[in-house]
Order: sequence, then structure tokens, then C-alpha cells
Amino acid sequence: MKNIAKYGAVSALSLVIGASAAFAENIKIAFIDPLSGPFASTGTNGLHQFEFAADYMVNDKGGLLDGQQMEVLAFDNKISPKESLIQLQVAIDQGARYVVQGNSSGVANALTEAIDKHNRRNPDSRVLFLNYAAVDPALTNDKCNFWHFRFDANSDIKMDALTDVIVQDDSIKKVYIIGQDYSFGKAVSAAANEMLGAKGDGIEVVGDELHPIGKVKDFTPYARKVVSSGADAVITGNWGADMLGIGKAIIDNGFEGPIYTYYAAGSGITAAFGESGKDKIRLISQGSINPIATEEARETYNAFLEKYPDGNIDQSRIFNTIGMLAQAITEAGSATDVVAVASKLEGMEYDSMWGGKLFMRPQDHQIIQDMHVGVHTNDNLDFDYDQSGFGVVTESTVEMASMDSPTTCEMKRPE
Amino acid sequence: MDLILVNLIDGLVTGLLLFMLSAGLTLIFSMMGVLNFAHASFYMLGAYFAYQISIALGFWMGLLIAPLVVGVLGAGVERYGLRRVHQYGHVPELIFTFGLALLIEELVQFIWGKNQLPYSVPDALNFTAFAISGNSIPAYKIFMIFISISIFIGLLYVLTKTRVGMIIQAALSYPRTVEALGHNVPLIFMGVFGVGTALAGVAGVIAGPVLGTFPGMAFVLGSIVFVTIVIGGLGSLWGALIASLLIGWITTFAKSYNIEMENILTGLGISKPESLDDSIFRDFWSLTSPQIADILPYILMVLILIFRPAGLFGKRSS
Amino acid sequence: MTVSDPRTDIPKGARPEEQITTDPSKPAQRMRSGSLVLTLAPWVIASVVLAILPMVFTNNSALTIMNQMSITIVFALAYNMLLGQGGMLSFGHAVYAGVGGFACMHIMNMSDFFSTIPLVILPVFGGLFGMGLAMIVGAFSTRNAGTVFAMISLGVGELIAACSVIIVAFFGGEEGVSGDRTYAQPFFGVEFLQQIEVYYLTAGWVVVSAALMYLWSRTPVGRMANAVRDNPERAEFLGYSSRWVRFYSFVASGFFAGVSGGLFAINYEILTEENLNTASSGIILLVTFLGGVGFFFGPIIGAIAFTLLQTVLSLSTELWAFYAGILFLSTVMFFPGGLAGLLMMHVPVFKLGKASSLIKPYLMTLLPAAIGLMGLAALVEMTFHYRHGATGDNEMTVFWTTFDSHTLMPWLVAGAITLIGLGIAKVTAPALREAWSEATTAGGAS
Repeated sequence: MKNIAKYGAVSALSLVIGASAAFAENIKIAFIDPLSGPFASTGTNGLHQFEFAADYMVNDKGGLLDGQQMEVLAFDNKISPKESLIQLQVAIDQGARYVVQGNSSGVANALTEAIDKHNRRNPDSRVLFLNYAAVDPALTNDKCNFWHFRFDANSDIKMDALTDVIVQDDSIKKVYIIGQDYSFGKAVSAAANEMLGAKGDGIEVVGDELHPIGKVKDFTPYARKVVSSGADAVITGNWGADMLGIGKAIIDNGFEGPIYTYYAAGSGITAAFGESGKDKIRLISQGSINPIATEEARETYNAFLEKYPDGNIDQSRIFNTIGMLAQAITEAGSATDVVAVASKLEGMEYDSMWGGKLFMRPQDHQIIQDMHVGVHTNDNLDFDYDQSGFGVVTESTVEMASMDSPTTCEMKRPE
Repeated sequence: MDLILVNLIDGLVTGLLLFMLSAGLTLIFSMMGVLNFAHASFYMLGAYFAYQISIALGFWMGLLIAPLVVGVLGAGVERYGLRRVHQYGHVPELIFTFGLALLIEELVQFIWGKNQLPYSVPDALNFTAFAISGNSIPAYKIFMIFISISIFIGLLYVLTKTRVGMIIQAALSYPRTVEALGHNVPLIFMGVFGVGTALAGVAGVIAGPVLGTFPGMAFVLGSIVFVTIVIGGLGSLWGALIASLLIGWITTFAKSYNIEMENILTGLGISKPESLDDSIFRDFWSLTSPQIADILPYILMVLILIFRPAGLFGKRSS
Repeated sequence: MTVSDPRTDIPKGARPEEQITTDPSKPAQRMRSGSLVLTLAPWVIASVVLAILPMVFTNNSALTIMNQMSITIVFALAYNMLLGQGGMLSFGHAVYAGVGGFACMHIMNMSDFFSTIPLVILPVFGGLFGMGLAMIVGAFSTRNAGTVFAMISLGVGELIAACSVIIVAFFGGEEGVSGDRTYAQPFFGVEFLQQIEVYYLTAGWVVVSAALMYLWSRTPVGRMANAVRDNPERAEFLGYSSRWVRFYSFVASGFFAGVSGGLFAINYEILTEENLNTASSGIILLVTFLGGVGFFFGPIIGAIAFTLLQTVLSLSTELWAFYAGILFLSTVMFFPGGLAGLLMMHVPVFKLGKASSLIKPYLMTLLPAAIGLMGLAALVEMTFHYRHGATGDNEMTVFWTTFDSHTLMPWLVAGAITLIGLGIAKVTAPALREAWSEATTAGGAS
């Protein structure tokens, strides 16, 4: 009886998988990120931006090469490395040659290794991994490989730019560092300590601690320590509910200074901070939304809002990813020969509509770009986030941040 | 010294919030023998309903209406779901509540989406009550303490001084006798389940604005509620109170003071290895109390179960 | 705990978690007697089917999904050694599979040692480590059954899961530990580069571990586990220490959980925190229960069904977890025996030779009901699309039909299908019930 059940089940399975294998020709991009579960909002917003970018920047303009369309296939990895690897396999079988992923460096680590192994073992169906948001420095250092390209600044570059801004602010003498207890939180803390030590004239780190990731219900005790330490500024790498929790707790418990952070915009967080975070939350980001960098960007954003009225372009690098991939495919003259496409991506210089020039560093496949530090406010906005009336306004810019930063990457290129 | 006072207040708030959840859970458990895994989901529903009501009618109506709605829903779940499953035994009952918790989370995402909701503290309470050396105590926290304590007193009064309370207590110990005396025991069960979930709903209404209203809020709180009632002793209201406060204070103080494992170990006379880099215990040596604050209750629970399976105030083992 | 509850008649002394009793009238639970051919038949058929499957489904993703099923099958069977056979409810069983898997990853990374062993025996090491951990934890957790055992398992599970991000040396933090399976000694020339090779390795282990677990349930210890589950006091009077019987079951279950962890390590070549966390522990409980705890093969069905839901249904709809939740709830409410129980209900019908009399009523009721449910699912999907879809993006596809969700027509159609389908099912349901009671009664006109 179990055999019958198994047989039936598996034939249903091949039906579903086979169903979408019918369309050929399209350039398939597999989007592997959480679309259900606690991180679904970030994943879904990212997917919308990818789909929109592919349609708006490529398909509506006649496609690539001889009119090939870009098609974004969505795969729900439930933010689990295991599920990501299964979905990667499904994506490859469906003909995707480009994988985009960004949420969680843990998943990115699993994917980059799996793709490296897959490409070695199956030279006929090689894929490229376009990482649009996972910022663990290791991905472009010890764990780098030829197939991985990062379109976001890694956490060291972001911290470099943040600390540049912090040391220029004379009112900041004492800094408190707090983060989530895992690789990324530790990387943020290490980078902040090192860079403040190297650049800061007399900036003191008065607190440096980690809290369990995703488990803390009430951040009040941590906030108490921050306030009592007499810190002038807080640095945190928290994201998601942990970011909102720590930010709100620190502000509610009487902290007056700035909070320097990576991920405190969009996905409901801007709306939830609202008035209380005004002029306190400072974020590092690439691409300037307020003031909007170019007229092209304004048109793009308005077109996006027409389609997703309650959406945000909070990851403008997604548009850069699609734009650079399209350019590389055009230059390589092929969408299936991923080695050729990768070779074109290496060292590519690209003018982003979100401002500035982008450079894909060939030695480690890390993008180099202008970094902006913005403030959470409701004044002088071109575009707000979460329809809240609040958004992020650029205050200072570091051009081509960390252009010459060292890397330990030893890139092995296929013959 | 000032910080200790602040921490005592913060721990009290956390503990009392936990108590509102565990009180309902422990009542339900002692009466029906059901560990209700969906209890924290009712807490989440409380927050979401209150948010929806507060848009139209304001925070205070939300505080009034949302717990009632949650309670009615809870009673409905007991009447049409649990009662049916009850005949199959306790494991299916438990799995029923487990599945219910999953389903409620999905439903909430279906209706309200996946983002965090901008449910916030009412303006009337959005000010600093007082400050202790720079650390401000928001008025809302005082309000939370006030609500929780009044609920505890009310519950204690109903259970010990009223006729309904007497019947409930009797039904706890001798349900058959109570039924023979002509009371409708299934109705009592339904009522207790409804009240228990309504309490969780109250907790959700008042915690939503401070701890965040998002689809994962039940999961974050889920198992810690069980830990509380197990430590306190299953079925004991006082035990639930003491355990909640204990957990509230332990976690608060562990987060507030950086107690390092290194100091404890060297204090015990164990010498630190020369080079930690390649020792397999390196992470153990560098542990600090804020890192493990939120898993301390689990350690406490396992220890208590090993040495005193009935819990701190429980009368029955298991 | 002595539960006194008028709604059920529980004998004094029996603990609530131990009430999955053996029903002597159900053949699957009875000691299988009779010819050897009959005993071996299901195993042989299963092995042959497993061997043929990759020829039917040749693409890598189908293989990967089948591997995932196989891993879940071993894990769920191991879990059922506790829940179904021993009556012990564990909320933290993923840690034994996870620790076994992590141990295997570390072995993979010890290149000197790893290159001297063939990959096929790696799961044994996983099993040994899982068993070792189970012995340590079991030493104090199996003293009690019921709630105390369940809560200790929850606590230990949470502790080890929390350690996984703190103790980076062993668990690798959030990134986990990864390795490369191909560095093992080639096994008869096979290096396990391709999915198909891994599939046969996994399938082989599934058959071997399922057979071993089945045999375990036939040993005196396995039989005593049932006795202790049903009535610990009587088992004690017979001279068996119920605590040690529980301990042995727990350790054996830990071993096979570790084996499944080892298979996971081979398949994915990475282990992370998610292999240990409470969500994984909860899922395996649901999987086992969905399949049916009362039957040895129940968890197998559960594992297959759940993997399909999680991996394949999630390709088609974002709402997969919503449907999964409904499926679990309705299983618990209406078929507490799980899917296996549902299947086994039909064994007496076949024995009575009345199966054919059920075909027509089944078709009359279940077909319209299925169509009605599809209509209902379409309504749910349309509501979701209407609320959360992009503006201007009105087109959606449900059940291979593409339409505009912002016009009235599709709603009317889906609503009508739902009403008519469920309506017919409701009308024909009494006839089915009658046919069922007729078919399950011996004798009489057929």
C-alpha cells in the first residue's frame, strides 16, 4: 500500500516540476529567498523588486540578445539552508542559470558552496550566484569562488563608511556596540572596534555585546545598559524584529543620541519607528532615494509605486543586479555560457541610475560603490517608506567606499 | 544601585506579562490535562484584534473588546475542536493545539500580511512617568503593572471567594462528583478555556505596542510559557506567579550585568588555558550572561524536573 | 498525574501520554505470523520500487526530493519508536539527528581518516553519536514518562539548539559546518559525484534501517516498550523495569535519528542550526502523527506526504503552510489514526471481499467533495491574490486556468463549483456511510 501511495505521490511531483519546463528561450533567474514564515515580508518585497526590475529594465525594452525575455522564477526557501539546496536543484532542472539570493548569510554560504560543487561536478549546467544582500565578508574573502558575485557592500565596507561618518562627528566620544550573537553580529562588532581604534581620535567603546538572535522578547535590559553607559552613539547590525526591538527599547528608555545601523528601513520597520525614531536612526545604504539621484530613478520609482502602491524600493541594488547582468549577457552575446557572462561581469563598470559608478572588483567579485549614510526623518522626502510619511534622507556620502580594501580571496577561474 | 531598582521594575513588567499568559495556561492544564500549544497564538490574536479595533475606536475600546473576542474564539475552539479530539486521548489533543498554532499564524499572515504592524502606545500613556538616573520609566509600563496586578487579584478573588470559583476548584479535583451534583462540567471546561484564552488576549493587547505586533510574536513567546508553568508546578496559580516573576528577574539581571564565564571558572580555581584559539572549549570560556540570558529558564526547568518533578509549588508529579 | 475527567474513562494510574493503546483486533499491530513469503513481500516490493523509481523520474530535482523523503522517513520511523511504540512524547528529537549529522560533517572534514572509509558507512558514525547523546540525556529523562519526559525533552532541545549558535567550535555558528563527501574512499569505484549515486546510497539505508527498526519492534525489548506504554505498573509487576525499557527505546531511537542525520550530511554536505531547532523537532512530530503512530509504516506515509507539501506544493503556492495546517487539524480531528489508519480501515473490507461495493459510493461522494475542495482552494487563492497581489497585476493562475481576479465571473464560477461539489458530497454522504457499515459487517447480502 505504501508503494502505491509513494508512486502516486511522486508522479504528482514530476507533474508539478515538469509543468513549468515547457517555456524555452527565456533567461531564467531563480529567486531563492523566504516567501513564507517570519522573514517572508523581506523576501516578498525583494521578489517584487526583482520582477519589476526585470520587466521594466529589460523586457519592456525588447529583451536581450535576439529578444530573449528575463523571467524571474520564485522559490521559497523558508530561510532554511536545506530547503535552499533543494530549491536550487529544482531551479537548475527548470533551466535557471542565474540564482539570486540575499536574506541570511547562512543560506548564502550554503548556496555558494553547493553551486561551486555543482559547477565542478556538472559542467553542462553551470550556474552563477548573484548575491544581492548577504553581507558576510567571508563570501568575498576565504570562501570566495568564481561563480559568486556580490552586488551589496559587505559588512566591513559598510562599517568603514559608517565609522568615517562617526569620527567626523565631534559630539561622539563614547560608542556602544550591540548585535546579534552569530557570525554577522560578531563581524560587525569586530569591524567597528578595529576601525574606530584605527581612525578614532579618542573615541571610546563603552560597551560591546551580543544578544541571542531572534529570541529576545524584551530589549529593555539591554537598553538600560546603553543609557547608563553614557554612550553618545549606538552601533548595531541588527535586522528584522531584533532591529525594531532594540531601536524602540533604546529610544523609549531615554537615549537621545544617534543609532547607526544597517537595516532599519522598509518592510514595516520605518512605519513602526515613525515619529519616535526621527533624527535618531541613521542608516548606511547604497543608492540615494532622498534626494533622488536621477530623473530616470524617479520615473522608475513612480512606475514601481504604480504597480505596488504599498511597496518600497528599499534595495536599489536589485536594479543594479539586473542592469549589470543584462549588460554582461549582451556583451558576452550569450545567456547560456555562464563562464563568458561571469568574465564580463568581472571588472565591469556600470553607471547606476541611483547615482554614482559601480565597479565589480575582479579579484574578489565584490562590488565597489558610493555609500550613503542617511537619517530617518519626515522632512524633505521625495519618496517615503511603508506609506508612513517617513523615509531616509542622505546626509553624507563616501565615494567608492573601500576601493582598496584588502581581500584574502584566491580566485580560481575555470580554464 | 540605581540600576538595580530600574531592573527590578523591568523584571516585574516582564514577569507579570508572562504571568498573564501562564495563569490561563495553568488553569486550562490543571482542569483538562491539556498543554495548550496554541496559547501564545491567542496572545497574538489579542494584539492583532486590538490593533484592528484601535484603528476604528481607539486603544481603550481595543483593550475592552479584543480580549472578549479572543475569549469567545477560545471557547469556540474548545467546543468544536478540542472536545471532539478529547475522546482520542491527550497526545492527539496536544497535536491539535500544535496544528492550531501553525494555522493561526498562517491565518494572521493571510489577513494582516507579513509585516510588523504600526500598533503603538496610546497618546494618553505616551510619556515618561519618572526617571532614575537617566533611565526613563515609561508610563505605559506602570499601566502594564497595574493591569496585571488587578487581573491577578480579580482571578484570586473569583477562584477562592465566589460560588463559580468553588465549583471550578471542585471540578478540578472531583469532576465526576461535581457532575453528579448537577453541574454542567463540559460548560465549565469551555468557560475556563475561554477565560484562559481571554487572559492571553489581554496580555497580547497590552504587550503588542511594546514588544511588537508581527506574525512571529507567538513563536517567540511560545515555549517559555510552558517553562514557566512547569517550573511553578502544573496547575498552581501561585506557582505560575512566582515562576513568572523569577524568570522575569533572572533574565533581566542576566542581561543587565556582564557576568563572564571566565571569571566564574577562574573563581572556581580552574586555570584558563594558555591559548584559546584551538581549544574546543574556547566558546565556553568566552560566554557572557547576556548571551545566555534567554536560555537560563530552560536550564532551570530541566534542573527542576530532574530534582523536583512536581515543580516549585506543584502537588502532583507529572 | 491522575486525570479525572468525566468525558473519558481512563483507568486510574494510566498516564495521559500513554493512551495510545494497542488494539489486538488490528492486524498490523499483532505479531505477524504465517508464511515467510507474506512477511517478506512488502520489503521486497518496497526495495524493487525504490530501485526502479530513478528510472521513472530521471531529473536531479526529483532525486533530491526523493532523497529528502528518504531522510525524513528514517527520522520519522525513529521518532515513532518513541511516540508510537513507547508512548513517549518528545519535543526535542531533532537534536539527536542533528548531532549525529554534525559528527558526520566533522568526520568528512578529517581528511586523513575520511579517505580511509567508504562513504556508505558514514551514517553508522552519525548513529553512534546520536546514540551517545541519547544515552546521556536518557539517563535522567527516561525516569519519568508523560509530561515530565516531554518537558525535559523540550528543555534539552532548546538548550542544545541555543548552544548551536554559541558553541561555534562544534556547530559552526549560524553558517553551520560543511564538507565534501567525494573525499571518502571510493566505494567499488563510485565517488558519489552524482545525485543518482547518492540516491541509491540513501535508498539502501532506508531499507536497512526500516528493516532493523521493524525487527527491533519484534524483539522482547520492543514488545515490552508497548507494554510499558500501555500499563507501566503491570509491566513492573511482571518484573520489567519500565524505566530501563524506556531507556533502551530512547537510545535505539537516538541511534536511528543519528543515522538520518548522517544521511542528511551526505546529501546536503552541510549542517546548520536548523537541523537542531525546535521547529524541526515539531515538524517531525507532525509528520509522524500525520502518517499515523499506530502503524509501523505510518511515518513512512507521513514523511512522503509532508515532503510533497513542503517542497512541491510550496512551488505552486505561497499558502502551502496554511493548507498544511488545515490538513493536520482535520487529520487530528477526524482521523486520529493518521493516513495509515485511514488506509488500514479498509483491510477488513478487503478481507470480507466487499471492497467492490464501496467503489461506487466512494466515487459519488469523494469526487464531488474533491472538486468542491478545489473550488474552495481557488476561492482562498483568489482572496489572497485580491488582497496582496500587485496593483494592475490582476491576472492569476489557479489549477492551470488563467483569469482576472478583479472581475466577478471567476468568483461566481469558483463559488458555484465549491457549492455544487460540496453539495453533492453532502447529499451522497449518507449513502456512503450506509455502504461503509454494510461493507464492514460480516455476512449479509453483499
